[in-house]
Amino acid sequence: MRLTCPICGDRDRREFYYQGAASILNRPDPDAGIDTWDDYLHNRDNPAGLTQDLWYHEAGCSSWIVVTRNTVTHEVIKTALAQTVKGQNT
Amino acid sequence: MLDLVAKSPADGLVPVAIGTMTLDEVAPSAITFLTAAKGQEAALSAALKTAHGMALPAAQRATGRDGARAVWFGAEVALVGAVPDPSLSDHAAIVDQSDAWCVLRLTGDDLDAVLARLCPVDMRGSVFKRGYVVRSQLQHMNVVYHKLSENAVDIYGFRSMAATLVHDLKIAMESVESISWCQRSL
Amino acid sequence: MRVAGSGQIDRTKKVTFSFDGQDVHGFAGDTIASALLANDIRLMGRSFKYHRPRGVLTAGSEEPNAIMTIGTGATMDPNVRATVQEIFQGLTVQSQNRWPSLNFDLLSVNDYLAPFLSAGFYYKTFMWPKAFWEKLYEPVIRRAAGLGALSMQANPDKYDRAFAHCDLLVIGAGPAGIMAAWTAAQAGLDVIIADEDFRMGGRLNSETETISGAPGADWAAEMVARLSEMDNVRLMPRTTVIGAYDQGTYGAVERLSHHIPRDDAKRPLECFWRIASKRTILAAGALERTIAFANNDRPGIMTASAVRSYLNRYGVVGGNRVAIFGNNDDAFRTARDLAQAGVHISAYIDSRPDAQIAGDFPIYRGGEVYDTAGRTGLTTVRVRHDGGTLNVAADILGVSGGWNPTVHLTCHMNGRPIWDETLASFVPNPDAIPGLTVAGAASGQMSTQSCLMSGIAAANTVLQQLDKKPAAVDVPAAEDLPYRITPLWAVPRKGRAWLDYQNDVTVKDIKQAAVENFRSVEHMKRYTTQGMATDQGKNSNVAALAILADVTGRGIPETGTTTFRPPYAPVAIAAMGQTAQDQGFAPHRYTTSHQASVEKGAPFVEAGLWHRPSYFPISGETNWRQSCDREVTMVRNAVGVCDVSTLGKIDIQGRDAEKLLDFVYTNTFSTLKVGRVRYGLMLREDGHVMDDGTTARLGDTHFVMTTTTAAAGQVMRHLEFVTQCLHPEWDVAFSSVTEQWAQFAIAGPKARDLLAQFVDQDITADNWPFMACGYVTLGAVKGRLFRISFSGEMGFELAVPARYGDSLFRQLCATAADMGGGPYGMEALNVLRIEKGFITHSEIHGRVTAYDIGMQGMISAKKDCVGKTMAARPGLLDPARERLVGLKPVGAVKTLSAGGRLFTQGDDAVRVNDQGYITSVGYSPTLGHFVGLAFLRNGPERYGEVIHMVDHLRGIEAMCEVIPPIAFDPEGGRMRA
Repeated sequence: MRLTCPICGDRDRREFYYQGAASILNRPDPDAGIDTWDDYLHNRDNPAGLTQDLWYHEAGCSSWIVVTRNTVTHEVIKTALAQTVKGQNT
Repeated sequence: MLDLVAKSPADGLVPVAIGTMTLDEVAPSAITFLTAAKGQEAALSAALKTAHGMALPAAQRATGRDGARAVWFGAEVALVGAVPDPSLSDHAAIVDQSDAWCVLRLTGDDLDAVLARLCPVDMRGSVFKRGYVVRSQLQHMNVVYHKLSENAVDIYGFRSMAATLVHDLKIAMESVESISWCQRSL
Repeated sequence: MRVAGSGQIDRTKKVTFSFDGQDVHGFAGDTIASALLANDIRLMGRSFKYHRPRGVLTAGSEEPNAIMTIGTGATMDPNVRATVQEIFQGLTVQSQNRWPSLNFDLLSVNDYLAPFLSAGFYYKTFMWPKAFWEKLYEPVIRRAAGLGALSMQANPDKYDRAFAHCDLLVIGAGPAGIMAAWTAAQAGLDVIIADEDFRMGGRLNSETETISGAPGADWAAEMVARLSEMDNVRLMPRTTVIGAYDQGTYGAVERLSHHIPRDDAKRPLECFWRIASKRTILAAGALERTIAFANNDRPGIMTASAVRSYLNRYGVVGGNRVAIFGNNDDAFRTARDLAQAGVHISAYIDSRPDAQIAGDFPIYRGGEVYDTAGRTGLTTVRVRHDGGTLNVAADILGVSGGWNPTVHLTCHMNGRPIWDETLASFVPNPDAIPGLTVAGAASGQMSTQSCLMSGIAAANTVLQQLDKKPAAVDVPAAEDLPYRITPLWAVPRKGRAWLDYQNDVTVKDIKQAAVENFRSVEHMKRYTTQGMATDQGKNSNVAALAILADVTGRGIPETGTTTFRPPYAPVAIAAMGQTAQDQGFAPHRYTTSHQASVEKGAPFVEAGLWHRPSYFPISGETNWRQSCDREVTMVRNAVGVCDVSTLGKIDIQGRDAEKLLDFVYTNTFSTLKVGRVRYGLMLREDGHVMDDGTTARLGDTHFVMTTTTAAAGQVMRHLEFVTQCLHPEWDVAFSSVTEQWAQFAIAGPKARDLLAQFVDQDITADNWPFMACGYVTLGAVKGRLFRISFSGEMGFELAVPARYGDSLFRQLCATAADMGGGPYGMEALNVLRIEKGFITHSEIHGRVTAYDIGMQGMISAKKDCVGKTMAARPGLLDPARERLVGLKPVGAVKTLSAGGRLFTQGDDAVRVNDQGYITSVGYSPTLGHFVGLAFLRNGPERYGEVIHMVDHLRGIEAMCEVIPPIAFDPEGGRMRA
């Protein structure tokens, strides 16, 4: 598997650390309630198709990257820096 | 009377010469990480230019020359070979890393073949050119490669891993040497 | 025997090797199989289950029978295919699966027991009595089973790995692959062309057909020579592409030096490649299948194309009389070439009554081979023809049941091949692998001309996809005959008709599987073992599923194929391990004091990747406990020096540095004064403890955080996560400075006295109190000093740039020695901290909360922090949780055991009564007894209670008293002194 780091370019998967769903970018308020926090931390969709997850370019530039990919075809559709995505308030 | 003696990271481990390849230590006099404060990238670049004669490098590039280089290191830029001018601290976090890195210079005609055995990135001369920088792995270690010329690259690895760096490079150099021998023998 | 004239062997270079102890002569360019056949050796192995005599079936990597062991001793290599292994002077080859000899094998008695050993035999027979399985059945079966044997010695061979990148990877260098590579290279693409053979050309090396008027093999050699001169082409012979993976990644094994003597330990045997290609053309050709008939496995029976390969490529025929049996036009080429070479053809049997063939030898149209004879080698072929039968004398029988396109790689990402009625074969699904185009026989093109053209077309498709101009290349002229086939899978007759030679699976076994309702092709495979082991049924799978389809009344497409998985051909485990042998397994991290510690005789313990000294033995000490006890006492009474450089150190600067620290630590750091250090606790977002450590404030916007050795990488990643993913607006920069500083703990009542001899500044209790920090000088060297303690004694940590670490450590040790002190290692460090109840990752192992370790109060109520919300979940604040306590033994047994479980006195020591567990223990010379740290239900409420410790694993039981975690100097007066 290969991922395109927005900074370093096309790289082998071995350079990356996998975190999980990109929804972890949206940290709830401390007082958002236990259900919201439970969802944030533990509950995930398991889509057959498009998904967004978070990878860390550990052996490269140390960027956190939001990867949009297809779980069925394994196609990687898009990669973007997490700080940019976060800045756009997605 | 206290007399502290300095030791370089690859002390006793280099030089290594195998086949067409040589490996030696560079040991720059100083390495300093510069991280621009938010919105200060242009100002830092200007200050660097004034003080040291080169602009901040773009991602995956190096600027400057022997004695004062700026090497892209990811979030940081490493100022290599020069003591940072105090003016830089107006725009950037300054961190002394002079003792943190083991800098090895790998030179020789089989450079591409040796790097292909160690690094998952395309390091062929046609792609990885002079002045280019790659942050990637050398076997299991995270390192920075800086291409100096068609047949020379500087490799920045962690000081504590100097022995493994030299070991892994040596194994790859031996492979390339022995394979070119057996290919010649065909 | 050798046939004069023909072949691509070098008859001027004679090569001698040994086979089962006998010298065998061949020529350069021979494989083991061709050289053995040249010497009329047809018996090459024994089968897996019945130990039936077997000869070579194929001339390629798909070989199921001629599997051998090469080499001796530690470098011995089992299960080498004789059809792939090139011979060289001095090569040692041994046949397998026989004892005492290939000709007389005792286990061939299995063959007579065959009526009892059919499919499912093991499953049905070795069920009862149950207890017999482990003691009797399994050991006996294991001894009899297995292909080849290991040397049982460590393998000294070197294996290599490498990465390659290209625009186009061409897999296979037959006519289609060569034209594809040539066309793409002309257009300027970076091309890699890989072929598993040592001679590129594919079938052209085995055929007499011409291309552009030249013999095919000569044309291929010429094209390969031209490709080799191009800078943008890399030829990789002896390289098998074994798997297709996501985003254009391919695995490949290059056999570097199997074909030469192993005389240089530094030369790798194989190289494992990961090839990243933008586009790939699969031109892997096709493999011939056989036909099932009774006793179709005798040595001398092989595929018709293999007979042709041995004849045309190696100048070899395995006997004097050859018969051919086929169901398609291609088989005829074998007869034609043999006749041309003057070899006697005893019969040509074509199952098609309407076969359009002619030749100067007996032809039996509409005939079938229904049985054979010959104990260790074929002598007679029994033919059914025209309502009668006849016996034909033959040493070699070439069989062709048709060709299977090599679809394997197209199925590695869940693609399924498509059944083609005309070819009676599966062909690849064209969209199965993104970026991969199939060309040549692999795509079902069966004439040389169509292969050449499909290679060009595939390359032009790739060029178009990569926005390059198509290349105009000359199309060579070659034969373009139709391929006609009428399927014939099995010839009906009593007797065993073999499908999978390697696993001894017969037509009857497949039928039995269906009768027993293993109707799914995947179930049939598991039940019968059809298609398993090193050849993965390359010659037999299609026939097996055609038979299954027939028995179950379904069509072949509905029956489907089993799943093709990587690797395409067998790969040595060592090749996958590559350079991870010995020192290459993982990086070794050494502190600057390593050499000095080695010189002091310290044994080392690995902490993560770091090597840290366990203890520093002095003369007279004979076991580690003596050294450890002495070092602990030394620190408590004088002064000790310990390298703590392995702890993670992170330099944090910027306007928002305080915000970051307040957010990642439970407690507050924005209130920390410059020149002071504070202990901090870090949680994961789920409320459990991630790490702990101290952070020093060196300036207004400048901090240095320390992490534990184990969690340094994790904390760095966490800080990057927080600043990139949660708060990218913060202006904060951080870098690891772990490698920059050599840092030494100086601990003990005389710590300040020792320090005074190194640091230029005057360090007093007043100007440098507990938890102070700042800059110091050691002559010309600038250092940092932190007054922190992990031992409970007056403690400092002195940091200098790493280049001075070795020198400083040696001098600290020497000076300390004059004061009754010296270095201490990990064992003493551990005892010192256990005495003080200081935690490490033995305690904060990922399942404990701040509450569990008595630090709930450190979660500041005044601010948010990572993990705060979830740490407040009621279940994480239950007093009945396992919570941190100290323990000391009070019964007859005076030891404690880390990992031991805790039980209330009087309870049975069984799981349901479990009350907790011990995480750390050590003998405290200070207190004169063992101390331990443990997690115990309702822990702090049970001080004074005597509980029962049981270490079931080590067989240790002890009674111990629950005490507070801080067993020594609870007021902390010593470290504040």
